[in-house]
Amino acid sequence: MEKIIFYLIAAVIIVFSVLTVTSKKILRAAVYLLFVLIATAGLYFMLNYNFLAAVQLTVYSGGIVVLIVFAVLLTAHMESDLEPVGRMKSLFAGLLSIAGAGVTLFAMYSFPFKEVESSTGAYDIKAIGLKLLSYGDYGYILPFEVISVLLLAAMIAAIIIAKKSVSND
Amino acid sequence: MHTELFSNTIWILVVLFFAFVIVGLFGNRLKPMLSGAISTAAILFAAVISYTTAYFYFFEQGMIDGKYAMLIPFEHEWLRFADTLIINMGIMIDPISVMMLVVVTTVSSMVHIYSFGYMKGEKGFERYYAFLSLFSFSMLGLVMSTNLFQMYIFWELVGVSSYLLIGFYYQKPSAVAASKKAFIVTRFADLGFLIGILLLSYYTRTFDFATLLGPDSTAISSMTGLSFMGISTITWVMVLIFMGGAGKSAMFPLHIWLPDAMEGPTPVSALIHAATMVVAGVFLVARLFGIYIGAPDALAVIAFIGAFTSLFAAIIAVTQNDIKRVLAFSTISQIGYMMLALGVSGYGGEEGLGFMASMFHLFTHAMFKALLFLGAGAVIHAVHSNYMSEMGSLRKYLPITHITFLIAALAISGIPPFAGFFSKDEILVAAWANNQLYFWTEWFVAGLTAFYMFRLYFSVFCGENRNYEKKPHEAPVSMLIALVYLAIASAVVGFIPFSQLVTSDGIPFDIHFHWNIALPSIGIALVGIGIAAWMYLKPGTAADKMAASMPGLYKLSLNKFYIDEVWLWITHKIIFKGISTPIAWFDKHVVDGSMNGIAWVTQRVSEKSKGLQSGQLQQYGYAMVLGAVAFVLLLLYWGAR
Amino acid sequence: MIEGIGVFDVLVVSTAMFFIGIYGFLVRKNLITILMSVELVLNAVVINFVIFNKYLYPEMLQGYMFGLFAIGIAAAEAAVAIAIILNVFRRMKGIDVEHVDTMKY
Repeated sequence: MEKIIFYLIAAVIIVFSVLTVTSKKILRAAVYLLFVLIATAGLYFMLNYNFLAAVQLTVYSGGIVVLIVFAVLLTAHMESDLEPVGRMKSLFAGLLSIAGAGVTLFAMYSFPFKEVESSTGAYDIKAIGLKLLSYGDYGYILPFEVISVLLLAAMIAAIIIAKKSVSND
Repeated sequence: MHTELFSNTIWILVVLFFAFVIVGLFGNRLKPMLSGAISTAAILFAAVISYTTAYFYFFEQGMIDGKYAMLIPFEHEWLRFADTLIINMGIMIDPISVMMLVVVTTVSSMVHIYSFGYMKGEKGFERYYAFLSLFSFSMLGLVMSTNLFQMYIFWELVGVSSYLLIGFYYQKPSAVAASKKAFIVTRFADLGFLIGILLLSYYTRTFDFATLLGPDSTAISSMTGLSFMGISTITWVMVLIFMGGAGKSAMFPLHIWLPDAMEGPTPVSALIHAATMVVAGVFLVARLFGIYIGAPDALAVIAFIGAFTSLFAAIIAVTQNDIKRVLAFSTISQIGYMMLALGVSGYGGEEGLGFMASMFHLFTHAMFKALLFLGAGAVIHAVHSNYMSEMGSLRKYLPITHITFLIAALAISGIPPFAGFFSKDEILVAAWANNQLYFWTEWFVAGLTAFYMFRLYFSVFCGENRNYEKKPHEAPVSMLIALVYLAIASAVVGFIPFSQLVTSDGIPFDIHFHWNIALPSIGIALVGIGIAAWMYLKPGTAADKMAASMPGLYKLSLNKFYIDEVWLWITHKIIFKGISTPIAWFDKHVVDGSMNGIAWVTQRVSEKSKGLQSGQLQQYGYAMVLGAVAFVLLLLYWGAR
Repeated sequence: MIEGIGVFDVLVVSTAMFFIGIYGFLVRKNLITILMSVELVLNAVVINFVIFNKYLYPEMLQGYMFGLFAIGIAAAEAAVAIAIILNVFRRMKGIDVEHVDTMKY
């Protein structure tokens, strides 16, 4: 049963990501992206990583896609189609992607992964929170602080870059 | 103990050099008379030292063991290339150098005094005197050199002074061309000289004269038995060295610069191109005579060229119309005499008569040739023209010049008791002893000499009254002093017992008077004078008729046998077109071309490869991904092996 | 873990999404579509982290944490990217990636 759901989710992911990169209308591409991200969240749910799935939904699909849609509204002409890509360019890029995919898959296929059975249930938020803020072994306090600085910097940067300049524009 | 006495000779060079520097640098700030006075004082000082040195050397201290020794009062090591190759700077006192000291300082002092009058009011008066001091310094350094390299340095310095002085009137294009010609021709000859010096020093491992000419010299022995292309090495070396001398002394075919050098002021012609610089070649052969004895083929070449040149130049002098050109060719002819005398000479005692005669003739020739030039200068100064056709009956207007010029003309024609007779006589004796053909050639040239010299004399000073628009005036006192002194010298120096003083090996010997040589030489001279008188004393058409009767020879002689044109043809067709043009093409297209080619290739490559940095984001991304995939592949397959 | 599914199967999915994202990055003309492709790539990476964590090291939470951080960083980066795109749009009145090429020779 779970296998079927997994295959369904996998199909959704792949089909919609292909559609994202090949769609001619920009807003549709944004929507397809949204679907991809939601399917990924579904994948996480299947793995019992609930918190992560929730973060994925909130931040990625709720935040980033909305941001993208805003950008599209502000900049592009939604009605007009995106220009078609050149033949040679897409051919070469496609070749490269397929070559890369082939190499990677081959590498992964020939590596003996040691899978470990486990049946732990869902992690509770308390454990995650403690782990995030602990500074003992396997504590993630440092990345936590760093990422907060990063977010601050990104915020300031985004404001400054997107600000209307003082001189006439 | 002998040498300290002569160490004063260094002051000759020092004082003259400082005179050059001071007058050269500060001349335009000093009054002209002052710069002239500084220069003249320097040369007079040098003359005094020279005379005292000569007196002490020849009559008091120079003779050691019955032989006039080669003394070196001053020597300083200058360059040390290797332990076997050292170049010194020094002063050497030996018979010929002392003799040259006297000659050069005497003539130079007279020229300095004369120039006060001749160059008065000329722009560049100070520059003239500075260059005169430079020349005197260089020439005296040349004659007092202790080694070949030092001599070569002063040789080139003399060439430079000559260039500067010939081109003194630098705004005249003909003067500039003449000075360039002189420098280039002598420089070309110096190429042979340099090669000769290098070869000689390669075989003998030294440049020093004392070592090369000394009793245990290796000069000849180190080169015996070696030969190159069928001619022995020592002959090659000495002929090459002679090539340098031939250039400086205007031997055929390198004589072309001397007639053109008359573009310089007349006192310069007197000093440099009559009495001193042009005899540098003769001096060189005399200096190295100890080695020339070991190369009899080289001496044969020298003798032949000397005789040929004297005949050749005398023929040309017969038809020239410019006073200074006549005197220039006369100089070339007389130097031919000196070279011939050296060429036919042996070594030691009576055998070395040619050597002594050559040096004797050098001495006397300096006196009367300088006098001739200075007299010509006085005439030119009076008449403001160089051409004999515009002169005549000047004896009325320039009495003193007339008398001194006559004395000089008689001296050069070989009429006793004037100086030229004695020296020319000794040369004829030496020639007779060696090769009768040379004797008859020189005998004939003596006749030609008398002829053209008196042609000049009669055309300029005699003849019927000629009307001048501006009455020619006698020369000023400064010029007359020089003329009179040199005239007395021309009359008197014939009586110096040269064979007791200057000989090939330093040992004095006695000479006898050969009436069977002397009488014919006086005879042919009188014949020459007589023919000249018949043709030129009264105005008439005898000269033109004779010229018309030999039109071909006349034309050749008037145009100096077209040797200049031959040289020009060689330079333009062979050197310029044949050698220089291909080399220039090579330089422009191959050497420059390859540099340009490298630059062009670089530019094209960069143009093509700048496309890699196009600023296109996706191109960069493509390159990155491609590189990453390539690395992975590399790791997989290379790491797997 | 999911029964019946091995690591490799999930990795296939994430690899496919990764390289489709790269394809889109190299091909698309509009800057915003390029950004979307980049988000695809980042998403594939997060799946990778999570899967390795779940299948190979279930007791540790390193992959999980890293996934969290990666999502956060992706969000920040998307924000800055949008700001840049807006700026570019103001200057060039269009957001064609081929016109953003002043950093060249």
